[in-house]
Amino acid sequence: MTDPATISCEEALRLLALYLDHELTATERAGVRRHLERCRSCYSRAEFERRLKSEIRRVRREEVPPAFEGRIRRLLHEFTRSPAGRRDDAPGRR
Amino acid sequence: MAEPDAGWFEQAVVSALPELVGIARRLTRDQQEAEDLVAEAVASAWLHRDALRERERFSGWVLRILTNAFLSARRAAAVRPETEPLGEEDDFSLFERLHQPFLLWWSTPEQEFLDRLLHEDVVRAVEALPDPFRIVVVLADLQDMSYAEVGGTLGIPIGTVRSRLARGRALLQKALWRHACDAGLRPSPPEKEQDQR
Repeated sequence: MTDPATISCEEALRLLALYLDHELTATERAGVRRHLERCRSCYSRAEFERRLKSEIRRVRREEVPPAFEGRIRRLLHEFTRSPAGRRDDAPGRR
Repeated sequence: MAEPDAGWFEQAVVSALPELVGIARRLTRDQQEAEDLVAEAVASAWLHRDALRERERFSGWVLRILTNAFLSARRAAAVRPETEPLGEEDDFSLFERLHQPFLLWWSTPEQEFLDRLLHEDVVRAVEALPDPFRIVVVLADLQDMSYAEVGGTLGIPIGTVRSRLARGRALLQKALWRHACDAGLRPSPPEKEQDQR
């Protein structure tokens, strides 16, 4: 268990990824947070990693080609026009 | 979900399309395959729409369907996972490459690096990751899955999720560093590093 009063820079950096991923126990989390509040160097590192993580997350979204959106809308209209919702229909592969 | 809700379903799908296409592209690394995967996921979501309990969670629900469809197709095609590369990638840190010991009040090299980071640089770096690392990075960092959820989805222990994520992120940071060097944003890496490219 991490002691919030004695956590070192080495320990804080070892736990940093888990801290940013919200994968630490409450006690470990408190230890890292207290260290970051007191250590400028580790705080800078944590802020960099947090912002980089956020930049990477942005590539979860992609511009949708209009032709593809049309394909999906046609697919959905085919389904919704059918009274049974075409539950026995084949999936949307071409 | 009752039939009159078809209009809501269509709207929900269209709203989720940028994420569906983005995640499908990062997983398949191919536009046509990604579009087919999204169409398959949307069709499956429609067929199983009664399983959606909370409409606010539609986006996560349909992304999960898409991810499972991708993984099932890989298993059916008996795609062998790429061998995990050996190396010291766990140790690579962009921050350590960029950080300067002196402080400027208006900016730092690492802030400047992030300010100039382009969407396509990140896309290229994610898509260049070997399969075992790319898939874990996509699930954890792009889909916000917990380590336990990633492990459950892929059928691997949490310890393996942690190690693949650490190595995947280190490889990603290394690729971003190289792109920055190639674009002239940073000094060229030492010769030893260039030899390993």
